[in-house]
Amino acid sequence: MKNFMRAMMAGAVMAVIGFAGQAMATELVVVSWGGAYTASQQGAYHAPYMKKNPGIKIINDDSAGTAVAKLRAMAQAGNVTWDLIDVVAADAMRLCDEGLVEVINHDSDLAAAPDGTPASKDFGDLIVSECFVPQIVYSTTFGYRTDKVSKPMTSICDVFDTNTFPGKRSLQKSPLGNMEWALICDGVAPAKIYDVLGTSAGADRALAKLDSIKSDVVWWTAGAQTPQLLADGEVVVGSTYNGRLFSLIAEEKQPVAMLWDWQVFDLDGWVVPKGTKNKAEVMKFLKFATDTQRLADQSKFISYGPARASSAPLVGKHGKLGIDMAPHMPTDPNNAKTTILTNYEFWADNKDDLDAKFNAWLLK
Amino acid sequence: MSSLPSYLSLPERIWHYVFLGICAAILFFLIFPLLVIAPLSFNAVPFFTFTKEMLAFDPAGFSLKWYEEFFTSLNWQGAVRNSIIIAFFATIISTSLGTLAALGLSRPHMPYRTLLMSLLISPMIVPLIISAAGMFFFYSRIGLQGTHLGVILAHAVLGTPFVVITVTATLTGFDNNLIRASQSLGATPTTTFFKVIVPLITPGVISGALFAFVTSFDEVVVVLFVGSYKQRTIPWQMFSGIREQISPTILSAATLLILITIALLTTLELLRRRTERIRGVTPS
Amino acid sequence: MNTAQANTVLLTADGTPLKVSLARAQRRSKIIAFSMVAPLLIFITIAFLVPITDMLLLSGNNEIVQRILPKTVEVLQSWDETSGELPDEIVFAAMVDDIKKAKAAREHTKIGQRLNYESSGFSSLFRKAGRKVKKIKKPPYKEALIKSDKRWGKIETWQVVKQFSGQFTDGYYLAAIDFKRNPSTGNIDSLPSKDSIYLKLFLRTMLLSTLITFLTFIIGFPISYLLATIPTRISNTLIIFVLLPFWTSLLVRTTSWIALLQQEGVINDFLILVGLIGEDGRLAMIHNATGTVVAMTHILLPFMILPMFSVMKTIPPSFMRAAISLGAHPWRAFWRIYFPNTVAGIGAGSILVFIIAIGYYITPALVGGSSGTFISNRIAYHISQSLNWGLGSALGVILLGIVLAFFVLYDRIVGIDNMKLG
Repeated sequence: MKNFMRAMMAGAVMAVIGFAGQAMATELVVVSWGGAYTASQQGAYHAPYMKKNPGIKIINDDSAGTAVAKLRAMAQAGNVTWDLIDVVAADAMRLCDEGLVEVINHDSDLAAAPDGTPASKDFGDLIVSECFVPQIVYSTTFGYRTDKVSKPMTSICDVFDTNTFPGKRSLQKSPLGNMEWALICDGVAPAKIYDVLGTSAGADRALAKLDSIKSDVVWWTAGAQTPQLLADGEVVVGSTYNGRLFSLIAEEKQPVAMLWDWQVFDLDGWVVPKGTKNKAEVMKFLKFATDTQRLADQSKFISYGPARASSAPLVGKHGKLGIDMAPHMPTDPNNAKTTILTNYEFWADNKDDLDAKFNAWLLK
Repeated sequence: MSSLPSYLSLPERIWHYVFLGICAAILFFLIFPLLVIAPLSFNAVPFFTFTKEMLAFDPAGFSLKWYEEFFTSLNWQGAVRNSIIIAFFATIISTSLGTLAALGLSRPHMPYRTLLMSLLISPMIVPLIISAAGMFFFYSRIGLQGTHLGVILAHAVLGTPFVVITVTATLTGFDNNLIRASQSLGATPTTTFFKVIVPLITPGVISGALFAFVTSFDEVVVVLFVGSYKQRTIPWQMFSGIREQISPTILSAATLLILITIALLTTLELLRRRTERIRGVTPS
Repeated sequence: MNTAQANTVLLTADGTPLKVSLARAQRRSKIIAFSMVAPLLIFITIAFLVPITDMLLLSGNNEIVQRILPKTVEVLQSWDETSGELPDEIVFAAMVDDIKKAKAAREHTKIGQRLNYESSGFSSLFRKAGRKVKKIKKPPYKEALIKSDKRWGKIETWQVVKQFSGQFTDGYYLAAIDFKRNPSTGNIDSLPSKDSIYLKLFLRTMLLSTLITFLTFIIGFPISYLLATIPTRISNTLIIFVLLPFWTSLLVRTTSWIALLQQEGVINDFLILVGLIGEDGRLAMIHNATGTVVAMTHILLPFMILPMFSVMKTIPPSFMRAAISLGAHPWRAFWRIYFPNTVAGIGAGSILVFIIAIGYYITPALVGGSSGTFISNRIAYHISQSLNWGLGSALGVILLGIVLAFFVLYDRIVGIDNMKLG
């Protein structure tokens, strides 16, 4: 025991020393989603920036999943330890509403497009909140096992058709997306979805449609679950973020194909927390990381569409696989024939209510 | 056990072997899920399934890349370091405070014993999610959220009940006459403490400390709430990033952890045998 | 007189009466004992009990409405919400003023979020108002505000604001047991059965926890008996089988159950190999209640085995031998003599397992699907995702109450002093 304790003590002391020896360069803590996504940011933004600025060290914190609650807590404590946070647009709006993140002046804080177009125009409508710097357009869409279906799946309503396509499906354990899809397949005109969903009867209608496949659904809570479930053969079709499906298909070579019909577009981007200790440094990095070339570079690593209009023509080939990335982008005209753009205002009002209804329905 | 008493009837003998069979099955149930981890951690694809290549023992189906990632990635290195620092200090706090309290609780004339005991072991009773939420709210208000100190204190809280319980258990049936005897023979209270009490409670303290250490080392819910990236422990690292990728690196980490656990358990068992030898109790 | 007293009262060597001296010694002993416990007690209180209490207060806290809308709340008091008429101009003026100030402090959306929990639509109502109020510069405020959004012209809107303007609220607790306060009448109505969540979840959590406790007992009993009756040399080795899973990361054990139970997992493959099921008949054992029960039974089994084992170890084997030699059938001897002696261990294990199970969160989240999730999952969801901290805390307090009730029961049956961890 004595030896054990001594070894432990030595280990702890060494760890403390190692810990102290690190803090020399300016460290920017960048919160993101981990996995392939953080790797793509590392490749496109962090690594080149650190090469140009040897005094800066960018640290990846993979806890974006709980960032909203954590930031609220940090702000209460007056101890904000993050410098830049990657969040989805709805969370950016909420953080901005709560005054927890800095307001961005998109034209003066960000780089203009190469042809001189100011950033606010280059990003256009994607600036959904004054605190938000859009980075990518991603979509929640479906992938299916090509070896387990009798014919290719082409319509979103194939997901609801358990006769032609028997087997389990994986859907997100959330009303977002699922309720919109259910209404479309129940015959609601796509333009009217949110009007219908806003009423109690409309919500019941969506749930009734989901009821028809309820016993065949595996509900996911983390984006990595659907790729895992598809690879395991646990489900024949499942929704997840399109970039996860790309790596499943192109990198892991699994027998899976995309079903782009009525993909739900959403935005992901940066917010700067109020109270960061490195505001000046982080704004410099933000300007670099969201310029036209950098956003285009990210698509070398992952198939999410760059948020700047001027980046689109620069999308090239995958960094390792050498395949053309443009056809794999959710924004590619061939993939984006039918799309839903998440209605942020609607969900801000109705998320709590529909979420409660949805969970009550799950329990039935 | 191997030789059955000769007076047993045939049905009793059959029952005896059926019983042993049942027990073997239960032990298998306990250990099998742990055995599955190791081969999966050598999987060449990032999924938790036995691929056809693996089942055919095709070398192409296996890979060391998850171990490579574990040993080379900064995230994992930091996680190992944090786990050790946090578990170490949390164990020190919970063991010292817990042992002292257990000694106090076991003294004769302790007032409100049951009430105090209930309060002291409450961290073990309160569901983890509630402890985590409560500490998250409160620690963020006083600036402890996202600090090493915060996580260490939180883990020390979770570890103390184990120390209190194990040390109290070694003291139940403790003959207070031993203390009187020691003192009547001229020993100072300090000498009595180190020569009489310490040897008696040491096994309880060690096993309590191990419980506390493992509690901190394995704990994920509280560290997810109270901790932040800089306090990332191994379980934190296993759980974060799950939105993007469930990487088999967690399986390689797990395999290594199981090996460490086996080493710890063996140490504990050898230690226990040693104490028994010292105390003169021979294992039957 | 003095000598007479000395005869009746025993004195110690230094002349103080023995009774006094004993009492003093006892008091000193008490103080020493207490001062040894004090450091931990203080530590636990500050680092644990205060945070828990703090959370309890959060579940009833509603100061946000009065803080952000101070004037409105004040003038709303004189408005009769049952009158069927909109509040007066003065209330609208106060609201416009409050929103202007809140907008400057970027707090107008917080109040929208708070009231949105009670009635959908408040979030956008206040966000929109924040954009519009700067244009409303002069009276009549009533018309101008209603013009900016017609929802301000609805009586229900004002009823909700008034109903939830107190310093404290029972709204979160009502929501936590599937009730809702009607903003116009103030009555408490239960939600329609199709919308009720939490009571069902509490019930399911209790039922599944009971099932898991029962299974750990059934599976744990034989193994504890075996460990307690075989020679220590062997049992010390076998107990590693119990301790190893006990000390292996929860996440890892859960992950391994995913690999085992899934449709193309180890168990299904094995069943097909031995021909028990066909390729089409793969069993769905995960992402449902089965997954939660199996994985949690495995994870909690050591908590049942260890207390039972430590009790059984103390039962002398001679009890059974005596009963059998007196003519009892071994079964009868076991049932009448051995089993009653193990009840303390069973009680300890059962309540320990039940209490831990009822608060479980990670495992149900990963393997539970929709039919195997627990109330803790919703608590975690409200704390880290929906940010409805009030509701999350209220659910937590109720869960805590249930657990404490079982803990008291545990203390009655077993006594916490007898808790052993093997």
